[in-house]
Amino acid sequence: MAALYEATTLCVLNVGPGGSDSGISGIEPSADDDQVVVTDSARSVTVYKVSDKKALGSWTVKQGQTVTCPAIYNPQTSEYVVVTDSKVIRVWKDSDINIDRAFKTTVSADVWRVLSVPDSEPLVLFQRGAVRRLDTLLADPQQPVENVLPEEAVIRWSAVLNVEQQPCLMFLSEQKGETLLLMQRRHPDSAARYRLEGGEAPLSCSALPCDGGVRLFCLYSSGSVYESVVPIRGAGGVVEEVQPLPRTLLLNLPVGEGKLESASAVSLDDAHVALVGVPHPSAGPGKDFLCIWNTNFQTLQAAKEMAGRIYGQLWCSCGKLYVPHGKSLSVIPFKCQKSSLAAAMGKLRQAGSNGTIASAEEVQKKVSAFLSNLKNLHVIQVAAGGLASVLVSRCQEQPGFYPHSALVQLVHSQCLSYSVCPHLLTLALEKKDYALCQFCLQVFPDIPEAVACSCLKAFLSESDGTLDTVSLERDSVAFVEGLIANSTQEGGETQSSMPLDMKCPVGLHKAVLLNEILQVAYSDCFLLLHLKTLSAPQVILFLQYLQFLYGKYSQDLHTQVSALRSPAMTQILDWICLLVDAHFTVLVMAPEARELLSHLHKVVRLQVKVFSELGKIEGCLQALQKAKQSGDVCQYSIEVIELF
Amino acid sequence: MGEFTVHRVRFFHYMPSGICAMAFNRRTERLAVARTDGSVELYSRTDHFFQEKVVPGRQQRSIQALCWVGKRLFGAGLSGEIAEFDLDNLRLKFSQDAYGGPIWSIVCNPQGTHLAAGCEDGTVKLFEILEDQIRFERNMGGQKGRIISLAWHSSGTKIAAGMIDMIKVFDLDSGNAVQRLLVERGSRMQQSQECVVWSVLFLSDIIVSGDSAGKVKMWDVNTGTLIKNHQVTEWDVLTLSVSQDETSLFAGTSEGTVVQFQLLDVVLGQEEKEWVRTRTFKNHTHDVIALAEADTVIISGGMDTQLVVRPLLDKLDFKSRDSSLLKILFPQRSLVSCAKKAGLLLFQYPTHLELWLKTCPSVHLMCLFPVRLGLQGEDHVCCSAVAPCGEWIAYSTTSGIRLYRLQRDNKNVSITKVPKLPKVLRHAHQLCFSPDSSHLYGTTSSAVHVVALTSAGCKFEHSLKPNSCVDSDGKFLASANSNSEIHIYNMHKLKAHCTVPVYRSGVSAMGIHPETNNLVIVHADHQIFEFSIEQMQYTDWSRRVQKEGLHHVWLERDTPVINVTFNPQNPNHVILHDSYMFCIIDQSLPLPDRKSQFHNQLTLKSLPEAERLKHSHAFKECKLYQPLLCVDMLENQSLVVVERPLLDITTNLPAPVRQKKFAT
Repeated sequence: MAALYEATTLCVLNVGPGGSDSGISGIEPSADDDQVVVTDSARSVTVYKVSDKKALGSWTVKQGQTVTCPAIYNPQTSEYVVVTDSKVIRVWKDSDINIDRAFKTTVSADVWRVLSVPDSEPLVLFQRGAVRRLDTLLADPQQPVENVLPEEAVIRWSAVLNVEQQPCLMFLSEQKGETLLLMQRRHPDSAARYRLEGGEAPLSCSALPCDGGVRLFCLYSSGSVYESVVPIRGAGGVVEEVQPLPRTLLLNLPVGEGKLESASAVSLDDAHVALVGVPHPSAGPGKDFLCIWNTNFQTLQAAKEMAGRIYGQLWCSCGKLYVPHGKSLSVIPFKCQKSSLAAAMGKLRQAGSNGTIASAEEVQKKVSAFLSNLKNLHVIQVAAGGLASVLVSRCQEQPGFYPHSALVQLVHSQCLSYSVCPHLLTLALEKKDYALCQFCLQVFPDIPEAVACSCLKAFLSESDGTLDTVSLERDSVAFVEGLIANSTQEGGETQSSMPLDMKCPVGLHKAVLLNEILQVAYSDCFLLLHLKTLSAPQVILFLQYLQFLYGKYSQDLHTQVSALRSPAMTQILDWICLLVDAHFTVLVMAPEARELLSHLHKVVRLQVKVFSELGKIEGCLQALQKAKQSGDVCQYSIEVIELF
Repeated sequence: MGEFTVHRVRFFHYMPSGICAMAFNRRTERLAVARTDGSVELYSRTDHFFQEKVVPGRQQRSIQALCWVGKRLFGAGLSGEIAEFDLDNLRLKFSQDAYGGPIWSIVCNPQGTHLAAGCEDGTVKLFEILEDQIRFERNMGGQKGRIISLAWHSSGTKIAAGMIDMIKVFDLDSGNAVQRLLVERGSRMQQSQECVVWSVLFLSDIIVSGDSAGKVKMWDVNTGTLIKNHQVTEWDVLTLSVSQDETSLFAGTSEGTVVQFQLLDVVLGQEEKEWVRTRTFKNHTHDVIALAEADTVIISGGMDTQLVVRPLLDKLDFKSRDSSLLKILFPQRSLVSCAKKAGLLLFQYPTHLELWLKTCPSVHLMCLFPVRLGLQGEDHVCCSAVAPCGEWIAYSTTSGIRLYRLQRDNKNVSITKVPKLPKVLRHAHQLCFSPDSSHLYGTTSSAVHVVALTSAGCKFEHSLKPNSCVDSDGKFLASANSNSEIHIYNMHKLKAHCTVPVYRSGVSAMGIHPETNNLVIVHADHQIFEFSIEQMQYTDWSRRVQKEGLHHVWLERDTPVINVTFNPQNPNHVILHDSYMFCIIDQSLPLPDRKSQFHNQLTLKSLPEAERLKHSHAFKECKLYQPLLCVDMLENQSLVVVERPLLDITTNLPAPVRQKKFAT
């Protein structure tokens, strides 16, 4: 899972005229993890301490000059570098107050970006594609700069990555409806050109190093995210010819009407990508979200609504996302956990998504086919979970749609658990699908106490008449039938002082469902909290049923009634204790509970008596053991031993 | 190897005393342990907790607290006196009444210049430590309410005193109480009962208290507010101990548990730290009264008389003596002496001796009856010996040595005290008779004194310098001191013969072979050396042991060897024993190599006789009898084994605190 944490506002935006521009041209890491360099698209560069939301320093160029490239911080020299008016490179330090007095030099060609390189000298990328190291450029500013790209080409995106401990510069250039990826490395000196499939320039790009290459993520205006793996060749050399770069579809995001205009994607790790400007799949229009998607599972991992207008800009630095929206720049820390099933998921991408228009019957068929096709347990668990989530969310959206048998089948596959698909059980309760509830209670190993308790409430408050029409699992019904039959047989014959023989206070099917609740795993301190929400009549009814069960069990009748699953004696007693604990004052006050309490009291007294007898037996047995041990102790003896 | 007749003796009712105080000296790495009988034992941390010295106890002496000041050891108790122990002569150096009633606690300041004593009358008395005495300086406090526990702040300017229901902090400059921290029982039910602060610690910024309500409380020094309250037990928290770097804290409880607290980061990698209860050790059945923390081990002792050394580095992969739990229950010196020729056993109790005589002349029967020798004076016995012929018995207390002559004809036994012992021989650490029973050797811290014994009386013969362990074969006498120097004297010439090269570990037992005159030395770390006295060099066997190395199973044994004796029938046999086994070393057999099985008795038993020799090695270990207080060989090749079953000791202990168990 991935998570987005509380957003904090770093600064107020200086929104451009018309409100279409955020006024920020770039955010770059600074001296430490907690500092960023924010470059205004107009004239100023500001360094912020993120945790304090405080500006540490701000530098503005003279009126008439413009900053044309985001400022970067060069950790090698502890200096900031920025380009103004495309040709003037300015270098200054923290201690410099006025940027105009700091070092500046004019170069012979237009600069596109200055790019900071981890553990090395920054690189300067010219608009026509030439690359220089900053230090060599500053040493001879007027050196001639060659043209790599034709004049009409425009650079759309550039990045420097450390691949195999070597910096690797890559940038996208668009010309004549064709998008090229150029890649350059030093040591060994190499350059390569790739043609992106599709031709159209992506809205946003992001790159990550991977084994033997670079993974390039591109977001297109159609809402698709494609991934291309750019290989890195060990040998040097310049490859002049343009090679095609194949791509695979990672995500196909719903866009709504029209196309995306301004959106941005940043890959966070090999499985997660953060997006702004792409609509949230289940939120209405007019709202903007920052989303983290898992590209392996194609699931939305986290989303956060961004108030105000989104400018389609997104930066990521040191575990924090920076999003300009409305009138402010927000910092949102995030966390992504490792997505370990990545490899397995590669094959299953389409499983759940093609049922979206199908009717309940078609879904049923597809699910059957899906389950019968998949044999690998690991794969099936994740895939079935995804499928169930999709079905449940569709059920929630479309009131008429409820594929009961498909869901039952999925639950029966034993691949689901509560946490994989948390809304399934609540959905079943809402739809009064008690049969599915029973299966869930049986199969899920991790039902939270709150949900178990809400099931219990629903079962208790449902009338017996409605419940008896539900078809439940045969084995569990047979078990309760056996219990009730025994009670009616022998009920009249014996009249013991203990209320062990009593009529079943609830109907057959309700008893079956309550039995399932009894067998759910729980932690008593959590359960106690939720049990308090039960109403007094519910508590009394349930206690009566538990007392009935206890009576049956202490008669040893349940051993005659065989069942695969039946509540254990300790489970019954624990539930009685918990219920009495949770509602003791209510029970004491309620006159109708008096008889019940006095019966329970007798039960407890009986138990105490039994245990005290057991204690005595334990003492006797211990004494026996001791008597055995101290057999041949005497004060003096003569023995013969043999040593070998 | 053969068969041995074993006289299995279980009538030595040795009873160890409970531990009531402990102090660890980080500089010298010595642990001082005080017991309820008033004795003080010194253990060396560097030498696997070998019991180096014992200051014998005294009736009516109770020690409530021990305190190291440099190399000096002070103790105080309910008699109201502060005493210094003379660790060279193993007795009291001086004692001084504090005039404040019983003393519950003493501490010394970090500079080592002053002692503070917490008294029954509610005062903290300050004493200046001088060269050979202590001098009263002043009183602090003095309202009613006894002072149970004391702790001195590392700056030396403040003292925290644990009292009943409260802790007071005294300022040394003004002498006034600057803070009063109320310690309540907490629960409403028991509010009428008072809450005793059994132990306080003064860390740099917090005060930690352990009280009779079973709580360990942390108080802020500056504001005097309670920061944290840990309910450790239903019963009392009796003692606390903190590590030197103040990151780890231990609490000993009446339930016999030792609870560890550690100062840990609340969030990993951040500054904020908190005391967190981490581990609980349960190695005692009774109250844990004293705790001492020695870097990587926590030492605990209490009413169940055993000293438990619990290593804290229990995640170590390899097993060694330093990483395993050590329980010291039995004294690491012999309390039993055996007259080999006469078949007599002398048991040393603190306040009396018991002599068991063999009355029946038959070889296989040892019909015994006891002769009890009461002691005069209040001092406890520190050592005793019986002559091999069975005619002489000697014992020493800190105040004097007494020699008795035992005469018996058929049924009657008479014991007469030998008068006029030489004045030089006033006190001995070890006593020993020559094999022909003609001489008594007594050692003091400075010399070995030789007394000639005749039927008419005794005569002082000579003093040999310098000198604790003694053993003699008539011609030679070897003595080892606490610095593990071994001196050998020629008794015919009454002259020093030679010294044995010093080894780093203390000598736990040694013996001179009666025929070959080889000295067998066993050290506390279980190394064995054999030194030829005549040739003044290590023997070939000893060199072989050192070259091949002893088996790791032997080196990992946790109780030191306390006696070395020899088989009169077979000169190759050396008999060693510690508390849990005895071992006959056959020097003619090859040593066990590293990979071979050390305990091979069962394997050898299952083999046919022809193959046994091929698989056997020199160490014949026997663990049939446990725990052992003495193993000795009589002249007729029968072994005497004195056992003290653990069950007998535990049944004689007072009842532990009652703990709720299921269905009781």
